[in-house]
Parts: sequence; structure tokens; C-alpha cells
Amino acid sequence: MRFLVRRLGFYLVAAWGAVTLNFVLPHTMPGDPATTMFAAFRGRLRPEQLKAIEQAYGLSHAPLWQQYFTYLGHVLRGDFGISLSQFPAPVTTVIATGLQWSILLGLVSLILGFLLGNLLGVIAAWRRGGWVDSMMQPLLIFIGSFPYFWLAMLLLFFLAFRLGWFPQNHAYSDYLAPSLSLDFVGSVLKHLILPAGTIVLVSIGGWMLGMRNTIIGVLAEDYLIMAEAKGLPQWRIMLGYAARNALLPNVTAFGMSIGFIFSGQLLTEIVFSYPGLGYQLFQAVSNLDYPLMETLFLMITLGVLAANLIVDLLYVRLDPRVRTA
Amino acid sequence: MQYATLRGPVRAVDGVSFDIGEGEVVGLAGESGSGKSTVALALIRVLHPPAMIKGGEVRFRGRDVLAMSDRELEQFRWRDVSMVFQSAMNSLNPVMTIGDQIVDAIRAHERVSERQARERAAELLRIVGIEASRIDSYPHQLSGGMRQRAVIATALALNPPLMIMDEPTTALDVVVQKEIMQQIEDLKERLGFSILFITHDLSLLVEFSTRIAIMYAGEIVELAPARELFDNPLHPYTQGLMSSFPSITGEKRKLTGIPGSPPDMVAPPSGCRFHPRCPYRREKYEQVVPRLMEVSPGHFVACHLYAEGRRATLERTEIGYEQEEE
Repeated sequence: MRFLVRRLGFYLVAAWGAVTLNFVLPHTMPGDPATTMFAAFRGRLRPEQLKAIEQAYGLSHAPLWQQYFTYLGHVLRGDFGISLSQFPAPVTTVIATGLQWSILLGLVSLILGFLLGNLLGVIAAWRRGGWVDSMMQPLLIFIGSFPYFWLAMLLLFFLAFRLGWFPQNHAYSDYLAPSLSLDFVGSVLKHLILPAGTIVLVSIGGWMLGMRNTIIGVLAEDYLIMAEAKGLPQWRIMLGYAARNALLPNVTAFGMSIGFIFSGQLLTEIVFSYPGLGYQLFQAVSNLDYPLMETLFLMITLGVLAANLIVDLLYVRLDPRVRTA
Repeated sequence: MQYATLRGPVRAVDGVSFDIGEGEVVGLAGESGSGKSTVALALIRVLHPPAMIKGGEVRFRGRDVLAMSDRELEQFRWRDVSMVFQSAMNSLNPVMTIGDQIVDAIRAHERVSERQARERAAELLRIVGIEASRIDSYPHQLSGGMRQRAVIATALALNPPLMIMDEPTTALDVVVQKEIMQQIEDLKERLGFSILFITHDLSLLVEFSTRIAIMYAGEIVELAPARELFDNPLHPYTQGLMSSFPSITGEKRKLTGIPGSPPDMVAPPSGCRFHPRCPYRREKYEQVVPRLMEVSPGHFVACHLYAEGRRATLERTEIGYEQEEE
């Protein structure tokens, strides 16, 4: 319990830090959105209109610390301002749709990659020198060293564009309206295969290698010899004793890699025009939509924090030794 | 028994042969690296590459262990021969409760419900003196002594006729060591299993075992009934081992030990493997391998001295060793 409270405290402080940085960084940049817009119209706007823009977007010239507290208050109320590119929709509404798709893509690819990679790692360790270990492993590591976007473009070009097996973009068919019908769900899954497949393919080799190597370390432990001496079946020793212990360092790696997956996911989403946060960020940057950009950065940071918190909680479940610490 | 190493194959255990009768306690003693533990692992075939069994025979109640299929082997292990490992610290799975680890052993061999197996686990823990309420404890929540008791409870789970104990008390402090030894003896009296007791501490074996085998460099150099071995150790190595322990009766005597160190097993000494450290060595001993021969009923020794009708005396070796040390 004390462990959990301490961890929660840590994450609260980290979240506060992220929110604050998100405020400080844009404010240290020269200029502000209003003057940028003003300049973009090249003198066709009058100075009074600059005032109007500032008012419309809630820009103020109050002292920085005052702005900071106003900002904190707004963040706590979930008010992130109004999107510039999709005026007058509030940023939160814009992000809400993107978030769903990103979470879907992220969860599916992360869990699939983690499970498959670890399972293959177990097999590679158990049959050391077998074909999974000596053929599949190097191949997957090789694929794993590709940049996400490059593999994504490769798959997009060959499987979607040339062969037409998969749709080329978006999260579901343009002819369907979101509903819980079989058609729609099927379309979503079909659109998910390539983006998720890209991330799984790139991440799987790392998991596999990690699992294989920790298991081989664990195999020399006395409790594995004892498990074998107990006459347990091989699969029971492998999963209950070897993999169960080898999983611990991999769960930590899982937490740390979430950040990389996020950035990888951004690029993958852009390549497949997948309407997640990454694609939105891309659009926000190209449209100079500052409020949307800022909020997206904040969401990504908070997302990584949340994922790490989950890993911490999971670790408490997995390793009894942490509970008393 | 052979290990593949970077420097070539190592014959860790060579020509070791002994038998264990029903209800008997056989002690296997020797220095670290003499091959004691390797023998134990070979008996239930839990050796992994680079270790391999290159030949020999292990028979249990008439069945050939080395010829068993994987399935037979799984059934044979723990049901017929269970094992208590050297360090209880590492022989328990850190992420499973001790109860679950006992249940695991029971359910691998018997078709019983989870609940029945758990009840039995609680009973086993009681037998070794752990409160049944500790059944859901993880290994790290137990003291070293309790952990070793939990391992012993696991070894008792299927009531096997033979238990191999590989230095079960080495990692414990002397008081706990005493308690555990007492417990093992009580359990043996009550349940009547045989024990192969492996240790480097000869003094543990005196009171406890029926027969003792002394191993040196992967070979048995002496094998005798316990009392006989203590009253009348024949091999110079056995004599050296004895003089490296303080006497239990408290008589004052110089502790001498054995000069030199155990041989490099990649290239073991030719002839008698003990010859580089033997105070009686002669040139011939460096060429000819001594055979294990019965000197008196049940007392075997592999030493050239006895083949030649000579003998090693404890007194003489003590003086001899002292001279060499100074």
C-alpha cells in the first residue's frame, strides 16, 4: 500500500511538471499566435482586428505568473482552448476522436507485439539453436531496426497500393457511418491490420531477444533445476518458473518502450492517414494550430506517464518482493 | 559424467559406483569441486548441456534410470527420488508461494484437487515445523532456516523412498544447522526413507550415516561403514579430511588440513589422482591408477599403499604435513 501511495505521489509530481513545461516552453518562444496570424495577412488587417483575434483566442498580456495560474485552472477544468484549424470546435472535442483511434491502435499493437514477442522468446530460449532461435530471431531483429515510417511506407506501397489487399488510409471505410454493425467493425479491423502490423513487426524482435536472454539467465537458477527434479512437465517449468521470472525485467522494458511506441505510432499514423493523435499532430503542425499542438504534446506526455503507472501497478501484481518494499 | 568446457571435456565424475539400501543413509563427502553434486544430479538425470552422461548405469529398484523416456523420467523424479538442494535461498521460485510450490509437486504426480493438495501442503509444513498459516508466504518472507524446511517439506510431498540431500545445511548458521539435522533424522526415523547425504563436512556424517563414501577428483577413494571410517580411515586423503576438523570430544590436536589444492579437472593428474598432494607418493603412483579394493569387510579403499601391504597412519601424516607446511 505504502508503495502504491509513493508511486502515485511521484506520478502526480511528474504530471504537474509536464503541465508546467507545456506552459513554459511555448511562452519562451518569441512572438505569439495572434501576431503570427496578423503577419500572415500581410497588412490586410487593421490593428483593431489584432485585438479581436487576441480576444477570440483568449490571448492576454497579463504577467506570466498570472497567466500560468489561469492556465492551470483551465487545464484542471479540462478546458484547452479552441482549435485554430477547426474553429470554433474546442480542442478537447477535436482530440477526443483522435484519442479513441490512437488508443485502439496503440493497445492492439503494443499488446500483440508484447505477447507474440515474449512467446517467441520463450520458444527460442527453450529450443536454443532451433529454427525459431536461429532463423526467426535474426530476421525479426533485422526488421526491428527499420524505422517505423519506412516499414509503414513499404507495406503501404506493396500490400495496399500494388496488391490492394488492404485499404490505404483512414480508420474505416469512407462509405460507412460509425455504428456497432458487423460491417463497421470489420472495416475498422481491416483498416487496423497494416498500421498495427507495422508497429508489431518493428517491436516484436526486441521483446523476443529480451525474453530469450533473460530466460537463458534464469535457466541456470537452482529453482529451475528443482522444478525439473520435481518432475513437472516441461511446459509448466517453462511458463510457471522460467518465463514467469524472466517476465519481470521485460515488464520494466515494456514501460520504458511505451514512449518509443508513441513516437513510432505518430509516424505510422501519418503514413496511413490514420485519424489518431499522431495524424492530428501532423495536421496541427502544418496548420500552425497552436492550442491543438500544445494539448497533443500534453496528452502524449500524460499518456506515457499513465502507461508507466499501469506498469508499476502490474509489477506489484507480478513480483511479490516489491509489495513489501 | 563429462562436462564440455572451452578447454576440452572434463570428466567430472569417473567410475563412481555405490549402492544405497532401503532405509540406509549413505554419506558422500569430499572437497568442493570433487564431483559430489554432479553425482546427485546424474542420479535423477537433471544435467543439462554442457554436462552429459557419457556412460554408466543408474538403477533404482531394478529400473534403469538412464534408459527412461522423458515421460517415465518425469514420473520417476520426486515420486521415487526427491532432492533437497544446497541453497534454499535459490531453490525456491521467488514469485510463487511455498504452498503453491508444494502443491505443484503433488499435482504433477497425483490426480488430486487443488484443495486436497493444499491441505496436504499445510500438513507437510506442520511436519517440518512451519505454521500452516505460512502456506501463502513467499520465499523472501521466510528466514533461511524456514526456507530450507520448506524445501524439505516439498521433498517429503510424495513420500519418496529415497531423498538426495545436497549440502542441505551449508548455507545456514550452526544453531539452525543443528536443528535441521535433528529434524531430518526424526523424519527419517518416522518415514523410513533412505538418504544420500552429500556434504563437505565429515563431522555431520559421523552420527548420522550408515556408510560414507569419500570422493576425490571425481572418483571414490574410500567407502566404509561410518564408524569404521572414523575409527580407521585408510586413504591419506580421508585422513587429511579428518584432521581438518576440530575433534568433537574436545581433545586438543593440531588442525592440519591437506596441503595443495584440488586438481585441475581438464587435465587431472595421471595415475593416482591424489599423488601430487600425497605424503606417501612414489614414482610408480604417478603412472598406475589404483583400484578400489576391499581391505576389510565392507571397507573399500583405492590406494596403492594397501595393495603393497603398507598403510598410512594418521599420526605420521600429521607430522608429515606439518613439516611440509613449515
